[in-house]
Amino acid sequence: MSKKKLPFITVILSIIGFILLYLPMFLVVEQSFNASKHGQSWGGFTLDWYTGLADNAMVQTTTVNTLILAVVSTIIATVLGTLLAIGIHRTPWGKKMQYFYDMSINVPVVTPDILMAIALVSVFALFRSWTSLFDPGMLTMVIAHVTLETSFVVLVVQSRLVSIGKDQIEAARDLYASTAGAWFRVIIPQLSTAIISGALLAFTLSLDDFILSFFTSGPESQTLPLYIYGSLKRGISPQIHALSSIIFGLTLFVMVLMVFRGIRKERKLARKL
Amino acid sequence: MKSFDLQVKNVSKSFGEKAVLKGIDVFIKDGQFVTLLGPSGCGKTTLLRIIAGFEKADAGEVILSGEVISNKSPAHRPINTVFQSYALFPHLNVFNNIAFGLKSHKVPKDEIEKRVNAMMEMVNIVDLKNEMPATLSGGQKQRVALARALVNEPDILLLDEPLSALDANLRKKLQVELKEVQKKTDTTFIMVTHDQDEAIAVSDRVLVMYKGAIVQDGTPEDVYEHPVNRFVATFMGECNILESERVTDKLAKVAFGELVLEKDPQWAAAPEGKCCGGIAIRMEDIHVCTAGENFDNNVFDARILERIFRGDYWELIAELPGVGNAESLKLRVMTDPDEIYNPGDQVKLYMEPQYLQVLAD
Repeated sequence: MSKKKLPFITVILSIIGFILLYLPMFLVVEQSFNASKHGQSWGGFTLDWYTGLADNAMVQTTTVNTLILAVVSTIIATVLGTLLAIGIHRTPWGKKMQYFYDMSINVPVVTPDILMAIALVSVFALFRSWTSLFDPGMLTMVIAHVTLETSFVVLVVQSRLVSIGKDQIEAARDLYASTAGAWFRVIIPQLSTAIISGALLAFTLSLDDFILSFFTSGPESQTLPLYIYGSLKRGISPQIHALSSIIFGLTLFVMVLMVFRGIRKERKLARKL
Repeated sequence: MKSFDLQVKNVSKSFGEKAVLKGIDVFIKDGQFVTLLGPSGCGKTTLLRIIAGFEKADAGEVILSGEVISNKSPAHRPINTVFQSYALFPHLNVFNNIAFGLKSHKVPKDEIEKRVNAMMEMVNIVDLKNEMPATLSGGQKQRVALARALVNEPDILLLDEPLSALDANLRKKLQVELKEVQKKTDTTFIMVTHDQDEAIAVSDRVLVMYKGAIVQDGTPEDVYEHPVNRFVATFMGECNILESERVTDKLAKVAFGELVLEKDPQWAAAPEGKCCGGIAIRMEDIHVCTAGENFDNNVFDARILERIFRGDYWELIAELPGVGNAESLKLRVMTDPDEIYNPGDQVKLYMEPQYLQVLAD
């Protein structure tokens, strides 16, 4: 089969698109290997900025903080979000109530983060008058992140849930499964990919969140985005470029992995058919 | 031996304002193949769902082997269902789909293996054991759904339009298989369908439903040959309906003359001159007389208007002139492929009294 020649304009537009998308990232990677500390001129190749990261204690603690926050909040948000999606789907109080729930789930998604952050700060301040648990720190950050992520998990799980017919539950009940059995043996397994997608979404939301963290963190719970923002005030160090490049590389790696998994799965299905 | 007779007692059900079932009473004997037949919206699926336990009746009871099961959940009824959509579990392979019910009952592993394999053999799907439902054809899915329900050895198997998603040829083939499986397992089958050919082909007994009630209950032959009313007569297949008036016990006045009937209690009870629901005669029961053929009565002159080729028979449209000031009447007549009549031919039609069915309304 001969390859179809693309129209000239299509080629040009896609090149421009690629440049717009990837040039900034390319510049960051380039700078991370650039020996000259200031300016855009090329001062030779170096790995110093990378090795410097290993000695930077702040980078290490904030990385650990970021991961702890992301993992903990993702786990909580995934469990809550899945339960909530199932609960809304099964609500016994009629369609009107379901619309109400759907809307209230959507509110955190569409509300500007800054509003949500300020609202959370006010609530925490109120709680703080009873207990010091709500002093800015890891706990308040986890609560803030869970609040945001749960809505996204609900949306993802819900969209899968509505595509599973009610005959699935009926068939399970017909084949002697208890109500809980029907959910665990039939519905949850079919939701698994949606739950994983929801969890991944929650995880990335947490990783790159800045606003919520900024308002709810304490001195001991700085995250990577906060650290980067802080160090910007002292001018961008090429170490930040090195850090960004590593994060970018990891993201790319995960993406490629997932694409390949998808391709393998499709091939497998194609063979069967 | 225990017998699993099913009794549905005065069951009613409404959805909002709409009464879907109006006091249904049925007694179904163990081992029968029963069909609930009717147009969409007649309540047949709702009745099936009430028997399965997916729907609760507003009033009335469902009794299985003498025990009231109306308030039991589907999980606690020894009844299994083949769903219209099949409802196979997409995340489980064929074997695990079929084994689902046995696993719910915590049947030992080796017994599950044995029973599932035996069932797959019965419905000819042994080589599909490890396939996922997404890779199966419609007919294969249907068999898996059947095996998944039957492997539990239910007292009653419910089938909700089980063949409606399949093409005509496959449907005919599976009708035969369904009947065979029912005989082999000696299980009561209750099937819902809107297809009268299917109902006639597989059932021991047909319950014709219309507007939430059972209008006729009988063998397929009964329901086809002796429809009780106009609805059943036309729903069960092509049918001529003659408007009629009672003359005597065995005589009816129709547009093209007087018809001699077999004595029908319904007819006899009607006062003289009164109309009933008409007289039904199927197109294959009208005989076109050949030269020299003679009958005592019920022979009428007619003119052929049209001839339509139907593959294995000819359909003729015959016009019978009215008597007195009655208008002429068009009837549909079936003839064999080798009997050729052309438009314009003058013929004599004979209607045997035993095929003239008096309708209630």
